[in-house]
Amino acid sequence: MSQTFTLDDLKRILLEGSGAPEGTGLSGDILDTEFSDIGYDSLALLETAGRVEREYGIELDEAVVGDASTPRAFLDAVSAHLMTPAA
Amino acid sequence: MTASVVVTGLGVTAPNGLGARDFWNATLAGKSAIGPLTHFDASPYPAKLAGEITGFTAEDHLPSRLMPQTDRVTRLSLIAADWALADARVRPAELPEFDMGVITASSAGGFEFSQRELKNLWSQGGQYVSAYQSFAWFYAVNTGQISIRNGMKGPSGVVVTDQSGGLDAVAQARRQIRKGTRLVVAGAVDALLCSWGWVGLHTSGRLSTATEPTNAYLPFDDRAGGHVAGEGGALLILESAESARARDAKVYGEIAGYAATFDGQEPGLRKAVELALADARLAPSEVDVVFADAAADPELDRIEAETLVAVFGERGVPVTAPKTMTGRLYAGGAALDLATAFLALEDGVIPPTVHVEAAERFGLDLVVSQPRPAALRTALVLARGHGGFNSAMVVRA
Repeated sequence: MSQTFTLDDLKRILLEGSGAPEGTGLSGDILDTEFSDIGYDSLALLETAGRVEREYGIELDEAVVGDASTPRAFLDAVSAHLMTPAA
Repeated sequence: MTASVVVTGLGVTAPNGLGARDFWNATLAGKSAIGPLTHFDASPYPAKLAGEITGFTAEDHLPSRLMPQTDRVTRLSLIAADWALADARVRPAELPEFDMGVITASSAGGFEFSQRELKNLWSQGGQYVSAYQSFAWFYAVNTGQISIRNGMKGPSGVVVTDQSGGLDAVAQARRQIRKGTRLVVAGAVDALLCSWGWVGLHTSGRLSTATEPTNAYLPFDDRAGGHVAGEGGALLILESAESARARDAKVYGEIAGYAATFDGQEPGLRKAVELALADARLAPSEVDVVFADAAADPELDRIEAETLVAVFGERGVPVTAPKTMTGRLYAGGAALDLATAFLALEDGVIPPTVHVEAAERFGLDLVVSQPRPAALRTALVLARGHGGFNSAMVVRA
């Protein structure tokens, strides 16, 4: 079974777990915007990673969360896990 | 020489009023908020009444980002802080961030949030616990979130001494201002009316099991049988008198004296009162009204009444317990009493103690039923925390 993880999935999970940021927030082209500029801190990413793990049945390395500073980096990291699911 | 520390803003979230003005009007009208608990099904528990805050929608006041990471108590605290700052006409963004501190008291932290996360932990597993549980439950969370929201990085902290905490936090704020901090948000809001918190409150053995709101919380009454629990409290803006004067701020009054003691072989309440009066350099005859701790426990009422008679003489000072309208709010209760004392000084009126028939044997001049107009310059606020904490604070117009 192959799964995909899209920007819309990420936005939905960010909103569910951490609420909507102020300002322009999640609208517009945010793929390469730093999460800190969007309005999400490291804890919001930790919460998001936890929710992604739950929903997709994968385990993300802590480094993935720590290093992914933009939505694109986060999507790439999750997608890599989806192609090689954890045991 | 120690600098005078004054209060320039009040933020109130109380069961019988949201905002200082609403709360004060309700309190003078004798409007009690004690009623059947509705926040969860309390029918299986011995105590079924509470002072709940109703008609409050946090989303109307706070950004979406804060909702998933805050317990009810933190939302109430953030709003109380916003209102206190607005009342003081302080815009935190215009002040240096290290010149402002936040010192709150807490009795339980974010209980409801924790209950939900622990339920997730045991029923579904650790993956289902929110990352925000790492701090959302914590006693210091209200201080932390107020600090972050308002950019206040000066001396901050939390004190955990049950009901006494509401005064102890303000006292700690006074110390920090005397050391040079320009402004401190201080006080307490507590809220733990979830089923887990409710079980915890029962362990004190001091909750009233009455089912009629009008005879459930009756301090200094022969029918006293424990207290009703409530939620809410107050936050105050404290500044040095000099700083308040420099910005031409409205001043409610001064934190003139404070002391805290601990019960040992003898109850420590009287010592706390005497030391607070000494700290304020005031004689008992100069105190115009006492806001009692009002435990509504026969033994604790006796100790408090004996203290007041020993210090002020029989019927020597008017005594009131407006918390009969809200229930005991734990740390939030003492902070709310302090805010109430300033409102009383401002308006020259002592709010009533509702539903109580004062027992003659205590020898107290208890202000019951109706507010009593009085020339008020000085008030004494008392608070006792479960486990032996006593705090007394003297405020002066």
